[in-house]
Amino acid sequence: MAELPQRQTDIGPPHYEKFLPPVIKKNYGQWSYHEVLSHGHMVHTAKSGDKIWTVRVASPRLLSTTTIYEMCDVADKYCGGHLRFTTRNNVEFLVSDEKNVTPLMEDLKKRGFLLGGIGDGISNIVHTQGWVHCHSAATDASGLVKAMMDEFADYFTKTSLPARVRIAVACCVNMCGAVHCSDIALVGVHKTPPRINAETLKNQCEIPSTISSCPTTAISPDPKTKSVKIKLEKCMYCGNCYSVCPSMPIADPVNDGIAIVVGGKVSNLRSNPKFSKLAIPWIPNNPPRWPEVVAAVKTIIDTYKAGAKKHERVGEWVERIGWEKFFALTGFEFKAQHIDNFTFARETFRTTSSFKW
Amino acid sequence: MGKKYATPLLDELKKGAFPSFVTEIEKAAEKTEYARDLLGLLEQSYREKLTHWKHGGIVGVRGYGGGVIGRYSDLPDKYPGVAHFHTVRVNQPSGFYYTTAALREVMGIWDKYGSGLTNMHGSTGDMVLLGTNTESLEAIFAELSSRGWDLGGSGSAMRTPSCCLGKSRCEWACIDTMALTNEITQHFQDEMHRPAFPYKFKFKVAGCAVDCIASIARADMSIIGTWKGDIGIKQDEVANYSKTMDIQKEIIDMCPTGCMTYTGGKLSIDNSNCNRCMHCIAQMTKALSPGPERGATILLGSKAPIVTGALMSWVIVPFIKLEPPYEEFFELVGKIWEWWDEHGKNRERIGELIERMGFPTFLKGVELTPHPAMIKSPRRDPFFFWDEEDIQR
Repeated sequence: MAELPQRQTDIGPPHYEKFLPPVIKKNYGQWSYHEVLSHGHMVHTAKSGDKIWTVRVASPRLLSTTTIYEMCDVADKYCGGHLRFTTRNNVEFLVSDEKNVTPLMEDLKKRGFLLGGIGDGISNIVHTQGWVHCHSAATDASGLVKAMMDEFADYFTKTSLPARVRIAVACCVNMCGAVHCSDIALVGVHKTPPRINAETLKNQCEIPSTISSCPTTAISPDPKTKSVKIKLEKCMYCGNCYSVCPSMPIADPVNDGIAIVVGGKVSNLRSNPKFSKLAIPWIPNNPPRWPEVVAAVKTIIDTYKAGAKKHERVGEWVERIGWEKFFALTGFEFKAQHIDNFTFARETFRTTSSFKW
Repeated sequence: MGKKYATPLLDELKKGAFPSFVTEIEKAAEKTEYARDLLGLLEQSYREKLTHWKHGGIVGVRGYGGGVIGRYSDLPDKYPGVAHFHTVRVNQPSGFYYTTAALREVMGIWDKYGSGLTNMHGSTGDMVLLGTNTESLEAIFAELSSRGWDLGGSGSAMRTPSCCLGKSRCEWACIDTMALTNEITQHFQDEMHRPAFPYKFKFKVAGCAVDCIASIARADMSIIGTWKGDIGIKQDEVANYSKTMDIQKEIIDMCPTGCMTYTGGKLSIDNSNCNRCMHCIAQMTKALSPGPERGATILLGSKAPIVTGALMSWVIVPFIKLEPPYEEFFELVGKIWEWWDEHGKNRERIGELIERMGFPTFLKGVELTPHPAMIKSPRRDPFFFWDEEDIQR
């Protein structure tokens, strides 16, 4: 191997200023307003009168270098070599010359990029690694995202909803990403306790940290096997023990599945940020296209679209009509699993006789 | 190079309108054995409904305790290309802006040593280079760092801070999110690269209450821009909006505090009752703007549900000016980390520690003054503690 260049440590990331388009550098902190021109592009106007057009396209987040080079080719041609990514993993091409906007959009379409994701629709789905790269995944994430976004592509490219609908996918309850405060989120869940491999556990795992990893104190030492045992009725299948101890695998192809939670948001617009709450506790894992999951999400979106007022997010709509009404309108079965019996349970019980039939 | 394995299930996911991750892996498989074997392994997962990745082993680069996530397949003999499939977290520039030259440079390095697959970007914000072997790590790091790139955080350390694009393109940004994020990252390089905390600690910086970076849900410290003073109103622009919008219905009636009126074509705001939710500004951005005194609210504690339930960050500093050199801010972070270091258990997030020890105990420990903005309501039980100086002896 050729000699390597001299490494440096603790230099931190490159300074962002090096990467800003000139019009952004010039008008930094001096923007006046923006206008959404379509689901795929918008324009920001600075106090100086300068403008910058943004053209947004979808991304599966998992990108090959080949595709990134192609994005670079496009940005070189129309954007002076500037592009950025959004917090929801879309790609934005930044144009300072208006005459480049239409040719850029045409070129992107011709190359097969999907323009959209701006405004009151469904933007890119934030998601985790799933079977592509994670040891604790109860389902795949990229496949669920692809199956859903194919179904809801029109809400990305052209059709508006009452407000933004932020969807997220977490392949297990570790929930890398802001899944627990999304309008609609899918979460990979287990239904069966971990299996203990006593033979490997004694060498592979630290017993005190394995015991303390359990939120329900279901795990205790098993001196006979120099391993641990699980009080099965206490286990809630969170998989945290497996995170610290590989000898307690919890994945179960038959019983692992998807839970759907709804009504969360992170913005403070109108109402306070909200957690997402359980709509469906379990749907079977059915790759490659998870039709039951896609159908359930479609039911939520259709019901929301029909019932919400303009600007109302999913959670705001549900809180206005009431959760009892949400279950009635969606037809989702209400089960014992919907009733909280964990940390925050008492705050969720209805302490009034007012509710809707 | 053609395909190594038949992948009928994954092939289904190449169809449809949305860009396909399978197509991306196939593009990389034109170049690397990693990606070719990833297709085989992933097809098997789709067939069996089971992941084929093992726990990460301890791998990394010399002098760092994080930034690389070890990943091994449990079928190394069947798919040798992904026997090792480690992740390299490259610290992204604030705001996720790139020049094509910079991106091409990183991708060139990755094509030389890795799978040709990336995540743009990971949940925490890093540019994620997905899949390489242990032997290549030092070379990748030398190539990256000699060109001005560094690794992000992992493990029980400060994680790579990230932010919305703030003042670079948004008229609502009340603080310079990109400058602050860069400053935090540079200030705490040691805390990021050499894990020494009880558990992870994440910073996310949002320019306003719209919170496009989701800081309130997924940062141990959430910094959210806001203002004091009156919302700016341009009545002529309000008049323009009235031609396309029902201002009474969409703005006045949806204001959560009822502090706005619209009579005789004139919009008025009782700013003393405004809670700065941003709805009116977001809907009428040409007419309304955040008030003149800009700063941020600092909130602490959010995390995902593991272990005892998800938390959202709560207010610990109602208002702070955040301007260079950010002395007051860094002093506060230092006190919080010291208190966490002293009291936190292994794998206990700061939010969980505050729940265990009590919010008043935390405030005292880090010398913050209690303020009604910190709570939704005062306590409803009569079980409260007093200090020795409150008691007559």
